[in-house]
Amino acid sequence: MISLAGRDILHAWGKFVFTGVGLGLLIGVTLTMAGVYRGMVDDAKALLDNSGADLWVVQKDTLGPYAESSSIYDDVYRGILGMPGVERAANVTYLTMQVRRGESDVRAMVVGVVPGGPGEPGQPGYLVAGRRITRGHYEAVADIATGFQLGEQIQIRRNLYTVVGLTRRMVSSSGDPMVFIPLKDAQEAQFLKDNDAIVQQRRRTAENPAFNRPGVPGLLNAAIASQSANPYVNAVLVQIEPGYSPDDVAEPIRRWKRLQVYTREQMEKILVGKLIATSARQIGMFLVILAIVSAAIVAFIIYTLTLGKVREIAVLKLIGTRNRTIAFMILQQAVGLGVIGFVVGKISATFWAPIFPKYVLLEPGDAARGFVAVVVICVLASVLAIRAALKVDPAEAIGG
Amino acid sequence: MLTKGIRINGLKKRYGKGETAVDALKGVDMQVAPGEVVGLIGPSGSGKSTLLKCLGAVIEPTAGQMTLGDEVIYDDGWKISDLRALRRDKIGFVFQAPYLIPFLDVTDNIALLPMLAGHPNNESRQRALELLKALDVAHRARAMPSHLSGGEQQRVAIARALINRPPVILADEPTAPLDSERALAVIRILNQMARQYETAVIVVTHDEKIVPTFRRIYHIRDGRTNEEAGEGRAFE
Repeated sequence: MISLAGRDILHAWGKFVFTGVGLGLLIGVTLTMAGVYRGMVDDAKALLDNSGADLWVVQKDTLGPYAESSSIYDDVYRGILGMPGVERAANVTYLTMQVRRGESDVRAMVVGVVPGGPGEPGQPGYLVAGRRITRGHYEAVADIATGFQLGEQIQIRRNLYTVVGLTRRMVSSSGDPMVFIPLKDAQEAQFLKDNDAIVQQRRRTAENPAFNRPGVPGLLNAAIASQSANPYVNAVLVQIEPGYSPDDVAEPIRRWKRLQVYTREQMEKILVGKLIATSARQIGMFLVILAIVSAAIVAFIIYTLTLGKVREIAVLKLIGTRNRTIAFMILQQAVGLGVIGFVVGKISATFWAPIFPKYVLLEPGDAARGFVAVVVICVLASVLAIRAALKVDPAEAIGG
Repeated sequence: MLTKGIRINGLKKRYGKGETAVDALKGVDMQVAPGEVVGLIGPSGSGKSTLLKCLGAVIEPTAGQMTLGDEVIYDDGWKISDLRALRRDKIGFVFQAPYLIPFLDVTDNIALLPMLAGHPNNESRQRALELLKALDVAHRARAMPSHLSGGEQQRVAIARALINRPPVILADEPTAPLDSERALAVIRILNQMARQYETAVIVVTHDEKIVPTFRRIYHIRDGRTNEEAGEGRAFE
């Protein structure tokens, strides 16, 4: 059987290819939007993977430390270490800020970790260059996405840090690259006031009779010292001993330490279901609109192409061509256009995805689903043109 | 009595209903034998196109009888359920403009009908090539329609009409866009093919230069036909 659609496409291949390229760019944008969403989810999972934790211990009644702020005392981890099933526990702080680098700055998530070796909770899993943080102050390990170089000086609040190591794919749930610094520095950075504010606070404290009582030497200094230090961290990351289930270890911590404990599964739900849920819906809306726009464009193109062939269709019907043959010809053209568009879109998305500032993850499953969606959209879009073609009266081929 | 060809008795066609109804055909009688080419001539609005559409099973007459070969196809109602197959297998069409399918080459334009009917592609193309040879356009077999001259296009259209060896060919102003020489050549070819394939050919025309070529002419006026002998001199 002769393929009328194939012959028509070959005859006017330029028109089809250019139309397909236009449609393909639109499909490429759609695939990229899906990739942006996948990238966000992957960033969220990378954040959890890279923390190396089995449990997150946070302030009670909060969804911290990523979805909400959480603040717990920095000595809580000692008690947690003594709980059954706990192998390791480490304090951690998270602070998203602009990290200065000379005249410019980079948006990054500053992570305060206890200096230590690989495998410690909160530490980057691996380095691609340099070494880990070994000193208690003013050293940093940065994700290469920050653009920082080994040995470079970066400024976090008032202090300068030397980049001693570089890591990769350590990002926050919103895709910001991480900069690891010693925990004490991070605690200070979280609540550090400027000099004027410190002077003012000291003056106000000194003027407060409750802190500056006659006959109680050292009270004022003790009060000021307590105000200057930050004894809080955002969370304690816990690794459990082999053989224990996360729920079994989490329950006693919840009960006896009066803290909130999340397992990996729960934390993933919080990140994906709450933290990036709005963004996901936003992207979902874009995907729906793009799908509708694509369908409208395919429908318009196929409809216009069909109207341009009314006389040929009338002749085909007059000489005995079945309606289903004509419908199949239009359907094949619509699907052909969709296939060209999909191939162009997939290639375009693959090329431009790495240029995006945030991670775009193009999954083969999404591509397969996209292909099915494109074919379905093309089939639906061809309905209008098929209806128009089937309405063509064969008598139109006969003059008069 | 005809064993092939086409015979029409008392064919009527009414458009609309009630007071606004228009009788386009008021009882047409016509008979064309196999191998015969007859002319159908009439002024605008006389019912030529309506008659052609009825003969081509494109619109349904209101009353009358049509016999194609040995088969009664209309007797106050269609006697055949698949009119599309009737048009494909038993009626050939040649139009004022050739209306070739622009995305098919000459061979496939002709072979399309048997292909659509389910015949093997190679066999259909072989039949198309034989017709192209008979019509002296075999050298353009692989050309696209847009690369053919007007006369060549009309010959290809005739080949397409003949591919299924139909008992009747309906030609609607087939020489209108052609000069005298080419118009006469087309009529000569139609006569040759009609004789060779024993096909009855009805040529609707306004074209004064081809009228003398018909041996028989049907004049149609106000929905009725009158038969008269033509000169038929050109092909004596």
